Amino acid sequence: MSGIESWFEYLSKRWDLVASTLLETLGYVVSVTVAAAIVAITVGVLTRNRAFPRELSLAIASVFLTIPSLALFTIFIPVVGLGFWPSFIALFLYALLPILRNTVTGLQGVDSSIVESAKGMGMTRLQILFKVELPLAWPVILAGIRVSAMLTVGISAIATLVAGGGLGDFIKSGLARLPLPNSLEAIWTGVILSLLLALAIDSSMRGLGRLTTSAGVRS
Amino acid sequence: MNAHDLDPLHEPRALIELVNVEKTYPGAEQPAVRDLSLAVREGEILVLVGPSGCGKSTTLRLINRMIEPTSGSIIFEGADVTNTDPNKLRRQIGYVIQQIGLFPHRTIAENIGTVPRLLKWDKKKTAARVNEMLELVGMDPSIYGPRYPRELSGGQAQRVGVARALAADPDVLLMDEPFGAIDPITRDRLQNEFLRLQAELKKTIVFVTHDIDEAVKMGDRIAILREQSIIAQIDRPEVILTDPADDFVENFLGSGAILKTLTLNRVRDLDLAPVPPVLPGASRTQALAAVEESSSGVAILLDAQEHPVRWVDRRSLDNAAKPIEQAGRSVNVMLQPEDTLQDALSAMLQTSTGMSVVVDGRGRYLGCVTIESLASLLVQTQNGAA
Repeated sequence: MSGIESWFEYLSKRWDLVASTLLETLGYVVSVTVAAAIVAITVGVLTRNRAFPRELSLAIASVFLTIPSLALFTIFIPVVGLGFWPSFIALFLYALLPILRNTVTGLQGVDSSIVESAKGMGMTRLQILFKVELPLAWPVILAGIRVSAMLTVGISAIATLVAGGGLGDFIKSGLARLPLPNSLEAIWTGVILSLLLALAIDSSMRGLGRLTTSAGVRS
Repeated sequence: MNAHDLDPLHEPRALIELVNVEKTYPGAEQPAVRDLSLAVREGEILVLVGPSGCGKSTTLRLINRMIEPTSGSIIFEGADVTNTDPNKLRRQIGYVIQQIGLFPHRTIAENIGTVPRLLKWDKKKTAARVNEMLELVGMDPSIYGPRYPRELSGGQAQRVGVARALAADPDVLLMDEPFGAIDPITRDRLQNEFLRLQAELKKTIVFVTHDIDEAVKMGDRIAILREQSIIAQIDRPEVILTDPADDFVENFLGSGAILKTLTLNRVRDLDLAPVPPVLPGASRTQALAAVEESSSGVAILLDAQEHPVRWVDRRSLDNAAKPIEQAGRSVNVMLQPEDTLQDALSAMLQTSTGMSVVVDGRGRYLGCVTIESLASLLVQTQNGAA
């Protein structure tokens, strides 16, 4: 039996498991990306005109990304136990930097003369933020959110090591049983489904970008 | 010339007043604006001009409180607005900056509707006003309204900037080097358009520029500022050009201040010389008769649309070998009534006769101007200003 055929056979016997782990990973991606976007955009907006807090928050977010993922996933177990939460916290901390970095870059990239003319016409600071600065920075911010979502798909495979579920379950069980039958098929399942999930999320976020970006600033 | 120029007792009321205004930036030893008092009269274009760093932009931005004064007060339409809500004040004052600052994510129509929306006008009223504004600046609302700023040329963006500033019908317009980033030919056209617009709208305008030629052209009055925004001289342009208050003003005007008075008058102020037109299809005899009748010995050959095409004189018509449509020299340079005397002089110097053809907006022949009529108008202006 060729590799592909045996993989399909492996899959066809485990649709339920495939579906539930896929949903778990998707759950991580959605919850982590949304939470990180809210926090990172808020921090980016609040610090946009103040160099010190801005650079400090960027530095902290960068430090998170340098911590080895195995360590970051396990470090919170004493506090929150096993399962979803240690994984969520670790993934959340990883996802902050791309969004924060792009929020800062996007807001700094708004032409100062546009803000000046908005102020000169009598727009309040909040109106300028929500009607001018954020819409103009949005394509850049969204690009950051996309990177974070991709990052989360990949790194969430580690969640299996802290009993957090997800597609990493296939990879872990495959690795543990090598070279027994179906071990390679399990690894392939985890890798290929992660890849497909990443592609699907990427293209749906591209679509979201087109829907939420003004035609006047679309590239 | 306006009535108030003749009668100083009936000065129009001041719409904006800066009273002993001072601005010192934090950390600076010297104030950027020192004890400035300035009144802007209703319906005038007051130009603030001076070398870079003299504080002219700061002064302009004090009026709509983009910059808050350190001391002194700002009076707007009779009320002290030094401590009122700056956003409310700014919605009543049009503001145009050099970079224009159109919102790239909003359509042209949405851009122009910005201040009406802030003032909570209803949609119908805003839309009608937006169309009116686009037409005012010579842009078709159905074509340009739904477009985005990146689809506009520099000149069009500038027009939209002016339309946006005028949208809520403010009494006052502040313009900070509005034509500064535009190529010279387009700038000249936009300046002329703007002056035509202002003749209709009669807004009160404060206009900042570093270019004395632009100041002379645009200003009803000019304030020449030295460092710290100290007023070196404030007066009508013809007075400043012919009677500078001190060495600073004289240096700033540069050489050829008298030549700059050429931009104060327009071709329409000149007397048209009687140069007879020759209509298309006229016989050689008719053309000769026209030349005989002309005091300058030349006539202008027109085409079917009344556009001037050729200068003809007796000698060129005597050459019977050439058809009359090819006699004489072609008319290359044409003036319009809105052109300045500076344009007129350069046009005349390009013709050997010292004359230039004047046409209306559609290119139809109006008459000719001569270097003599220009000289006599200049003498009149000089005598009038002194």
